[in-house]
Amino acid sequence: MEGSGSRVLLAHGGGGRLMQDLIGECLGLLGSANGVAQLNDAAALALPGGARLAFTTDSFVVSPLVFPGGDVGRLAVCGTVNDLAMMGAQPLGLSLGLVIEEGLERQTLAQVAASIREACEEAGTQVVTGDTKVVERGAADRLFVNTSGVGLIPPGVALGGEKACEGDLVLVNGPLGDHALAVLAARQELPLEGDFRTDCASLNGLVTAMLEAGGESVHVMRDLTRGGLAAALNEIAVQSQKLIEIVEDDIPVRAAVRAAADLLGYDPLVMANEGKLVAIVAADRAGAVLQAMRGHPLGRESVLIGEVRSHAEGRVIARTPLGPARIVDLPSGELLPRIC
Amino acid sequence: MNGAAVTAGALDQLASECVALAARAAERGGGQVHLMEVCGTHTHAIARCGLRERLGDDVRLVSGPGCPVCVTTAGQIDLCLQLAEREDVVLATFGDMVRVPGTRSSLAEARARGGRVKVVYSPMECLDLARDNPEAYVVMAAVGFETTAPTIACLVLEAGRLGLDNLLVFCAHKLVPPAMRALLAAGDVRLHGFICPGHVSVVIGSDAYRDVVDEYGVPCVVSGFQPADILLGVRALLRQAADGVARVENEYRRAVRPEGNRQAVAAIYSVFEVCDASWRGIGAIPESGLRLRDEWSRFDVMRRLSLLEPEAKEHPACHCGEVLQGKLLPAECPAFARACTPTRPLGPCMVSSEGACAAQYRYRTA
Amino acid sequence: MCVAVPGRVESVEGQTAVVDVGGATVKARLDLVPEVSVGEYVLVHAGFAIETVDEASALEIRALLDEADRLCQVEAEERET
Repeated sequence: MEGSGSRVLLAHGGGGRLMQDLIGECLGLLGSANGVAQLNDAAALALPGGARLAFTTDSFVVSPLVFPGGDVGRLAVCGTVNDLAMMGAQPLGLSLGLVIEEGLERQTLAQVAASIREACEEAGTQVVTGDTKVVERGAADRLFVNTSGVGLIPPGVALGGEKACEGDLVLVNGPLGDHALAVLAARQELPLEGDFRTDCASLNGLVTAMLEAGGESVHVMRDLTRGGLAAALNEIAVQSQKLIEIVEDDIPVRAAVRAAADLLGYDPLVMANEGKLVAIVAADRAGAVLQAMRGHPLGRESVLIGEVRSHAEGRVIARTPLGPARIVDLPSGELLPRIC
Repeated sequence: MNGAAVTAGALDQLASECVALAARAAERGGGQVHLMEVCGTHTHAIARCGLRERLGDDVRLVSGPGCPVCVTTAGQIDLCLQLAEREDVVLATFGDMVRVPGTRSSLAEARARGGRVKVVYSPMECLDLARDNPEAYVVMAAVGFETTAPTIACLVLEAGRLGLDNLLVFCAHKLVPPAMRALLAAGDVRLHGFICPGHVSVVIGSDAYRDVVDEYGVPCVVSGFQPADILLGVRALLRQAADGVARVENEYRRAVRPEGNRQAVAAIYSVFEVCDASWRGIGAIPESGLRLRDEWSRFDVMRRLSLLEPEAKEHPACHCGEVLQGKLLPAECPAFARACTPTRPLGPCMVSSEGACAAQYRYRTA
Repeated sequence: MCVAVPGRVESVEGQTAVVDVGGATVKARLDLVPEVSVGEYVLVHAGFAIETVDEASALEIRALLDEADRLCQVEAEERET
């Protein structure tokens, strides 16, 4: 059955509980310190003189390589820029590692490179170093991309999942589930047709606006990728040992995504995004932050969806239409493989 | 007050009415009012909207054998696994079948080991699959109740028209009203009302439940799936219980007619005939299943490939049978959330997306 | 498994209709329903229209759902102020 046995399962890559188990096992073997901090999107390294460097890495194995609204190149740049942004850092530069399967069309590689360039320009950064490997047919699926990024965390900014406080409000910058449906559409696995396109975007500009409006009242920022909002909120709840309550019906979902979710039984709470973040902000500045978000192109549909309460549980609950609150679990395993 | 505020207020109002009616019904009956739903989509919708908790202790709302994947026998799942593992077969299946365990394994695991398992949304996708894989048998795992049976019937009819000889059906369809009557006849579960499945009823019609009412005096109300629809259905049932009456009512009139969809029913019985069937966790229920009629036997995988359904054993600690019969609420199963969770399920009720235990676990209240 | 969604018929070609289920379209076979025309509402399950839905009722439910959406917006806004 899932979760047991001597082999890694596809589900271990899903962004949910099984993946956390796998990572926990690996980290244990690596002898890494401070398991809690590992759940943040990037590491904060102390530099001489008191500055702090944010450092992150991501590998991209999305299939197919190209999907409505983007491709693996754009995904890679935005994904890494966003991990840095969730620490409040602007990117100083990215590395780009390519593992190319023999036989990949040169045109595809050129398209991906062009997307990387365009995405870098949008984010105000560049690829400053890289590595390229070619492996024989069958040893990789067309193209795997790894990007790492470094950025400086502004003085005084100390975002982290453990910082959520009782009374803080929970904000998201727009509708959920777009990326997951775009990839499914590209795989031709959807029995529906509609306006499915990825929301893939660099959020560093939005984050700047939010930090300007909220300052130290902004406690947590987390981008919503695999495992969706449910995964991100559960991680934050565990890190901060708080209860997070959301109103599920307040969460925006585009009509096309809602139609697909209803038809196919998917839950927008656990679906992957690539241009969405959740922010946890002290109540006194939440209104100002929300307004700043709505003033930014990537935050026009920002909305308040919940609140942090003080219980030493590390859980997430959602209000049902009839009132009683239900538990929102960390998703368990393979929802949609190779989504990013 | 705007129209939107009325909607939320209306839901709340309906819920309060239900609670009040439940108190009256409980008093009249001298105990908890026992209601059963027999539809996986209802199981899910009810869990998601928080109805059980809102209704309170006067109502015991149980799930019955309404999840078609859950009531497919382990032997039938094992057969699907055998088929998937054959080099000359492409097994087409609906998505919710993929993770359900048979005796030892699931279709998902068979796929991981190289078996050809294709998830389809519509059975008609099998036509292209059959044309694209002329050297293989494309076998449609036909699991589902009366909502889905007409669609498989259409597949067979179309395959017949096209003269496809490599398209086969593994027919595991089951019928809901016979299961409802069997539960009542067994007398193990005390029931004061059925929430009747919305989309099965679209096909068979609300009149199909007259027998249940006439023979057993148990109220039957057809209900839709939005929270408002479910509340309307439950309210009608509780009102009947409070008044001490039993009749068929239809609270999904926008989609369900008394006579159902005659065209769909005709499609079913032009291709299938009623047969006895074994329900996982319950056992044999006479005349509760469908099999291909003799004139369509060339599409029956069992006859074409000379197969026999294997005997299967359930996990000893699995109580799915009692859950499926409404004898246990998921939370009352000793394994629930302990030995049996969505990542390590013991039985179908926890792993199927429409299973009572999966729904209870996923939407359990704080 | 019994999931079926209501939608409006946008076009018909032979035995197949394109149905707008609110934000996206689905192809649905028409074998199980009598003649449908553009503008009618059907319930779609597993790629088949399994019933025609009375338009007035379908719109009522859509309105109920849209109102619910609007309410969520209103409540969300009220909470922010």
